[in-house]
Amino acid sequence: MSSVQIRDVRKSFGNFEVLHGVTVPIEDGEFVVLVGPSGCGKSTLLRMLAGLENITSGTISIGDRVVNNVQPKERDIAMVFQNYALYPHMTVADNMGFSLKLRGASQDEIGKRVKRAAEILALAPLLERYPRQLSGGQRQRVAMGRAIVRDPQVFLFDEPLSNLDAKLRVAMRTEIKELHQRLKTTTVYVTHDQIEAMTMADKIVVMHDGIVEQMGSPLELYDKPANQFVAGFIGSPAMNFLKGKVRSNGVASFEGPNGVKLPLKTAPTASDGQPAVYGIRPEHFTIADDGAEAEIIVVEPTGSETQVFAKLGGEQVVAVFRERHQFNPGDKIRLKPDPSLVHLFDDATGKRLNA
Amino acid sequence: MADIAVAPRAKPQFREASAWDQLKHNRNWLGLWFMLPAMAFLIFFLAYPLGLGIWLSFTDTRIGRVGHFVATENYEWLWDDSIFWLSVFNTLLYTFLASAIKFAIGLYLALLLNENMPFKAMLRAMVLIPFIVPTVLSALAFWWIFDSQFSIISWSLKHLGLISQNINFLGDATWARICVIFANIWRGVPFVAITLLAGLQTVSPSLYEAATLDGATSWQNFRYITYPLLTPIIAVVMTFSVLFTFTDFQLIWAMTRGGPVNATHLMATLSYQRAIIAGQLGEGAAISSAMIPFLLAAIMISWFGLQRRKWQQGESND
Repeated sequence: MSSVQIRDVRKSFGNFEVLHGVTVPIEDGEFVVLVGPSGCGKSTLLRMLAGLENITSGTISIGDRVVNNVQPKERDIAMVFQNYALYPHMTVADNMGFSLKLRGASQDEIGKRVKRAAEILALAPLLERYPRQLSGGQRQRVAMGRAIVRDPQVFLFDEPLSNLDAKLRVAMRTEIKELHQRLKTTTVYVTHDQIEAMTMADKIVVMHDGIVEQMGSPLELYDKPANQFVAGFIGSPAMNFLKGKVRSNGVASFEGPNGVKLPLKTAPTASDGQPAVYGIRPEHFTIADDGAEAEIIVVEPTGSETQVFAKLGGEQVVAVFRERHQFNPGDKIRLKPDPSLVHLFDDATGKRLNA
Repeated sequence: MADIAVAPRAKPQFREASAWDQLKHNRNWLGLWFMLPAMAFLIFFLAYPLGLGIWLSFTDTRIGRVGHFVATENYEWLWDDSIFWLSVFNTLLYTFLASAIKFAIGLYLALLLNENMPFKAMLRAMVLIPFIVPTVLSALAFWWIFDSQFSIISWSLKHLGLISQNINFLGDATWARICVIFANIWRGVPFVAITLLAGLQTVSPSLYEAATLDGATSWQNFRYITYPLLTPIIAVVMTFSVLFTFTDFQLIWAMTRGGPVNATHLMATLSYQRAIIAGQLGEGAAISSAMIPFLLAAIMISWFGLQRRKWQQGESND
């Protein structure tokens, strides 16, 4: 196990820079998730960590060794690929033992370590099968087994669950997290799915267009998103954003679209009339008499909660209620944001304004 | 009320479908009609000539004279014919050497062209050039290259001072064999290279990445990943390569006509010489038919080679 330091790393393909100076400290044994939309550079960063891509500038170190010019096989890392990259012509056992075989380990040693990994992952009955004869979830586990067998310093996962169906994805999510709790190996995990990031990570790194937008624990990111991008990316359904102006004369409040008045706990550093974006998560609305009037468009019950799409000041917002209200499209309701859970962002820069 | 009693309505008429109606809607019947042109083509141009050839080999037919059934007399005759056995030896030597070298060079070129390099598309296209030149034209070109008086190779070597006399490329038995095998290799490499290249491109790059992380060197990448994944396509390519080489006629006939002193006579050229030039259709047919067991053996070997390997069974991996 090892810490990993990514310092001011840049990557260019030709003249096109895709990573603009990324710094991520990763502690020994930490589970770090790199999350962001497609093309944000998260997979490229992971591949640079693995040694599959060159580092244009900056340094990456594993433990206290800078690995910029170290061959992938010398880095002592193991990677799980999105398509698993299982060798189709080898049995599960051979797939898992391949790296040991290349290192010249004895048959006994290989057999023992493969068996141990197979037990951890419940793969023991499948050892003689070929990848084609396995289900998606089993293949996924073999790919992890191949990584575990090597007992590396760092595990790298490149969107490992995106080829699985929704139910299996949830199950494997738990399995990977459990595995990490058991092995305590430093793990870097790339995904575009913020739910995966929230549920698995010790630390989330939100990336966007080649920069780190915010880094922190899942709940930090949820409670205090540093900017509008992170606010919109973390959480499902996504946070509602309403453009308008801060009003700080007398009681702090927010003037939303079409003059809708929305509550604010305190007027932040912003002065009266400053244009800003009012962010409120769907789950932080309540129905209250002093709420803003909204007209229901669509009601989507999921059983555990009900999602309500409504027009508030002409803008569409989503609210989520755990209580079972009787709503019908066209109904007028009064939505009240919880003032202590409101996020305020600068209209121009998207930076967070309130503390 | 009685006058409005409902007249018994005429039962809807269901006509029993006749046999013809059923036939009209029968997919197999339609399928038969679609298959007919191809079937006719295969029967007239493949099955019939093959059957006729085998039949002729049991007769003493000559050009311009109807033959009589002579049972295996032609074969008995060939059994004692040293030229026939020489042609069998030549064919096997030619096929084995040319196919083996074509495979080696073809695989090497395929691996090279699969790498990222400048002008990749152009280089790939260039590899195909020998394949698109008509065989007889390239054979004629080689004929000139290996000419006893005007050979450019002899000329160059003489000017470099390496030799004092022209090499008699097509007049010496060993040289002639080397020359025709060389020409066949030149012509056959593109097919092997391009087909293997297509096979290489089906191997997912992430397998190489995984193997690299697992610690494989580039030789180990080839030995443990590329080669095993390529075996199915190698079996196909080499079957075709062996069949084409074994039955080669054009190159030999245009370059040496089987000479010198039958040193480059293949079974196909000898058959042509006996049957068409000398008019002994029966004997020529017997030589041709003698190729069938060899070809069947080659097909059987590849048939077993082409069996789906255990790892290819089951669902797709993607």
